[in-house]
Amino acid sequence: MANVVLSATGLNAYFGAVHAVRDASIEFREREVTAIIGPSGCGKSTLLRCLNRMHETVPGGRVTGRVEFHGQDLYGPDVNPIEVRRHIGMVFQRPTPFPTLSIRDNVAAGLRAMRRADRPPRADVDRIVERSLQDAALWDEVKDRLRTGAIGLSGGQQQRLCIARALATSPSVLLLDEPTASLDPISTQKVEELVYDLRQHFTVVIVTHNMQQAARVSDRTAFMLNGELVEVAPTNKLFTTPSDPRTEAYVTGRFG
Amino acid sequence: MEDAPSIEGNPEGPTAPQMGGGALGDRVYRWVTTLCALLVPALLIYIGITVFVAGWPAFQKAGTSFFTSSRWDPVNGIFGAAPAIYGTLVSSAIALVIATPLAVGAAVFLAELAPRWLRQPVSFLIDLLAAIPSVVYGLWGIFVLAPLMRSMVAPFLKHTLHLGDLPFFSGPVYGPGMLTAGVILAIMILPYISAVTREVLMAVPRSQREAALALGATRWEMIRDAVIPGARSGIVGGIVLGLGRALGETMAVTMVIGNTPKISASLFSTGYTMASIIANEFNEAVSADHQAALMAVGASLLVIALIVNVIARWLVARVGASAS
Repeated sequence: MANVVLSATGLNAYFGAVHAVRDASIEFREREVTAIIGPSGCGKSTLLRCLNRMHETVPGGRVTGRVEFHGQDLYGPDVNPIEVRRHIGMVFQRPTPFPTLSIRDNVAAGLRAMRRADRPPRADVDRIVERSLQDAALWDEVKDRLRTGAIGLSGGQQQRLCIARALATSPSVLLLDEPTASLDPISTQKVEELVYDLRQHFTVVIVTHNMQQAARVSDRTAFMLNGELVEVAPTNKLFTTPSDPRTEAYVTGRFG
Repeated sequence: MEDAPSIEGNPEGPTAPQMGGGALGDRVYRWVTTLCALLVPALLIYIGITVFVAGWPAFQKAGTSFFTSSRWDPVNGIFGAAPAIYGTLVSSAIALVIATPLAVGAAVFLAELAPRWLRQPVSFLIDLLAAIPSVVYGLWGIFVLAPLMRSMVAPFLKHTLHLGDLPFFSGPVYGPGMLTAGVILAIMILPYISAVTREVLMAVPRSQREAALALGATRWEMIRDAVIPGARSGIVGGIVLGLGRALGETMAVTMVIGNTPKISASLFSTGYTMASIIANEFNEAVSADHQAALMAVGASLLVIALIVNVIARWLVARVGASAS
């Protein structure tokens, strides 16, 4: 069985007085894709954002419980959230390229934010940009216009650019928050194929409201409802023989 | 109107809506608004032309020396506006150099870093700087700031920082002068630059900030890499808005600049600006030559202001185009 890279134990997340994630415990295994599904507002994005300490950047955001990354508690007293986010990359629902930067500089943006000691030498940046764009299956489409603005790309290309940007800093875990929610079907398919391939090198957690997508791309699936993690199981099992009746009701389309 | 086409299945047919009156209303509305829209630019052109025509004799008489000569001598009918043009440009430049970092810094703090309870009151106080009448700035400038320049700022620059040998800080210090005018102008344009910058910084979407944070950016890196580039066009716009105000500001500058038509490298020396020369002399310009010369100064100021605005818009449009 694969190693557990990232895990949450007794995790609670709040927005002010709202209790968005309740006592969630889940493991994410090395080089697997784990999907988190559930109806809108069930807390799946919030759970994801607790894993790289993004939740606390929202005003009123608060987290209790443990998140372990290679055995280290990310919410421990000596942990710097900036470092956490360098090792656990994230891609959002809407593509967020930096509009004033070129394609190349967008991919290199995370390198620029690294500590001087960790930052790759200038000469390596172009190589890293190329590798990241290839990993994000975008290289062939943009290799002739790396110096042009990222804003000229289509929505699907922008999203793959954001994935390339997240990959450039060599994270070991990639968090994807409904990465295809704003994309057309063809772009969605490309991103899904990409997610499927990313498991060769990365541990991926993908939040999606699309059950078919979860079934297509993931090895394991977690089902959330009203802030509670109802069931985590191999994707095949969760969709065919779920053990919790609420999961069954959801995957068979009886609500949500 | 012809009969309205009836809808099949309804033998009566719906009655045709009364279109005639509405169409007339539309036409009137259209003409009135068109007239308004044309009247405003026409006003600009009319003012520009009349000022230019009234100043034309002075341009004609003095030729290029109107812009190059430093001799402004109404008694002998010799008009060289170079010191006033120089004074306008230099005092505005000083104002920008002082106000821009201060205003942008304050805006970044207020928009990005300040706790919420502090943001509102401090923003309000900065905005209030714009509400002070310029004559009050002038009064404060001449009775408080100018003595301060002489007793503290000049000695500090000359002796503490040992900059007295630089031409900018050489020569005697009277109090009123170019630097005093620049400082007053800086205070006056600060709220404009700061308010625009604050607005555009806060308009940068949260998604851009989160994208930077998720890449492992610190708060400062997030501001540097995601927020300021996104707001850059607006910040440039705010600075140029400030420049426009500084170029045309009259009352306060007239009160503190010393009003002597000469060009001196030293920022402590007194000077003149185009606006203050007009304000000082319009009342005593009885000869046609003198009036024409003031009109010519006015026309030149108008042209400079228009050029600054055109450059500004071009800059903002260029930066804005790359951003969207």
